[in-house]
Amino acid sequence: MITMKDVSFHYENKDVLKNINFEIPRGAFMGLVGPNGGGKTTLIKLILGLLKPDKGDIFLFGEPIHKFKAWNKIGFVSQKSNSFNKGFPATVYEVVSMGLTAKIGYFKFPTKRHKQKVLHAIDQVGMKEYTYENIGNLSGGQQQRVFIARSLVSEPELLILDEPTVGVDYENVQRFYELLHDLNTKKNITLLLVTHDTGTMTEYATDIVCLNQTLHFHGDPEAYCSLSETELSKFYGHPVNLVTHEH
Amino acid sequence: MLADIIQFDFLRNTFLTGIIVGIIAPLLGTFIIVRRLSLIADALSHVTLAGIAFGLLLEKKYMVTLSPLYSGMAFSVMGSIFIEKLRRVYQAYQELAIPIILSGGVGLSVIFISLADGFNTDLFNYLFGSVSAVSKNDFLMITGISIVIMIVITLFYKELFSLSFDEEHATVSGIHAKWIHLLFIVLTALVIAVSIRIVGVLLVSALMTLPVAASMRIAKGFKQMIGFSIAFGEIAVIIGLISGYYFSIPPGGTIVMVAIIILLLSISVKRITFRTQRKRDRK
Repeated sequence: MITMKDVSFHYENKDVLKNINFEIPRGAFMGLVGPNGGGKTTLIKLILGLLKPDKGDIFLFGEPIHKFKAWNKIGFVSQKSNSFNKGFPATVYEVVSMGLTAKIGYFKFPTKRHKQKVLHAIDQVGMKEYTYENIGNLSGGQQQRVFIARSLVSEPELLILDEPTVGVDYENVQRFYELLHDLNTKKNITLLLVTHDTGTMTEYATDIVCLNQTLHFHGDPEAYCSLSETELSKFYGHPVNLVTHEH
Repeated sequence: MLADIIQFDFLRNTFLTGIIVGIIAPLLGTFIIVRRLSLIADALSHVTLAGIAFGLLLEKKYMVTLSPLYSGMAFSVMGSIFIEKLRRVYQAYQELAIPIILSGGVGLSVIFISLADGFNTDLFNYLFGSVSAVSKNDFLMITGISIVIMIVITLFYKELFSLSFDEEHATVSGIHAKWIHLLFIVLTALVIAVSIRIVGVLLVSALMTLPVAASMRIAKGFKQMIGFSIAFGEIAVIIGLISGYYFSIPPGGTIVMVAIIILLLSISVKRITFRTQRKRDRK
């Protein structure tokens, strides 16, 4: 679904990504982990076409990124979603309907079918009872669900989430992962999740990629969990103590 | 006043123009406020003043009979494009564009006014609005431009809304942010230029922001906020024009004062509703 071949990128004099090679297969739930400044968000921006690589090739759905036009196949929940203007007077319905703006296209108006899609996406993330509430009045976890619904409404085949659980309490994080798991297994949506929360993520992800300028690890959660603290410390560039959740 | 409106053309023109301005100024103002660009209206109104002064200078010194509204509009649109360019140059300090354009507008106005050896009532009307300054031609021009503005906003509503809420998401999903921004700022410039006849240069930004600030307190959702803003804008314009006419005060002043009263009322209503709700919840 996404293929990166020898991708490198730098900001001014600083190398951010060096020779990245990896592939996200269809149906995967890939967790992307790594230290702050390790290049995770840059990698996402490269995949979304917001930045251009200095070197290497990116293929989306088998097409070179510069020829790729079907952006509505990709949903994106940004790291910044949570820091939106809380006073913005938009209802949940209005926010989710924004996910269809590009798909509907210029000079066209939403139809009844589009409205049904919006309501369905809201229902899918369990926010039906808040449909006409202002988004600023909701909790962090609920707002995050609304942003997922905004990405789901255009029926993407791939959903990219950049640290979506920052500032969300533990219980809601757990519900959030269950929602992602359902989307992945029942709706067959491929997921790429950037997170620091490796504990919960390893319970649900099918693949894990560890990034710190270069790709340090790519494998399944079992292999990731079996890594020693010395190996993890080498990836992260500082001592790491692995904490696991016991349920 | 109703009899006078029927009897006198100039009053009818003013009243109808007021009603149109009462729709488009808060309509654009809603997007301006949620994008935290309230001061852009002030910057553009001062550039419009420079254009009006330029038009009056041409009229006085060179006998060019071009309505100063046209020159005001041309300056306003040029100023808006310049603001957008400056915002891109100073990406980390985008608000810098506002004082640059505002002071530039005032500076140019002073130069044009001096070159014309000063203006009298004409300029005063442009500064604070007038109940008698809207000619038939002005009215037709303002109506035509307002219709275009409303059509463009309706066509690009969903793009403007998406960009106002989350620019990054809108851009990723394939909306051409750069062009929509430019379109939006040019529309703002046009709204300011056509509103000036009624509320005046110094108070036009108030008509774009005060009704929106009032409706923001009580609206649920963006469309409702637009609806309330237009309703409040209309109330302010109608009451302001009537009282301005009866007390012989420039309508800019009375319109803004009515808008402030509406704002205070909406803040009070919100506070009372909140307290009542809290008491009910405690019980």
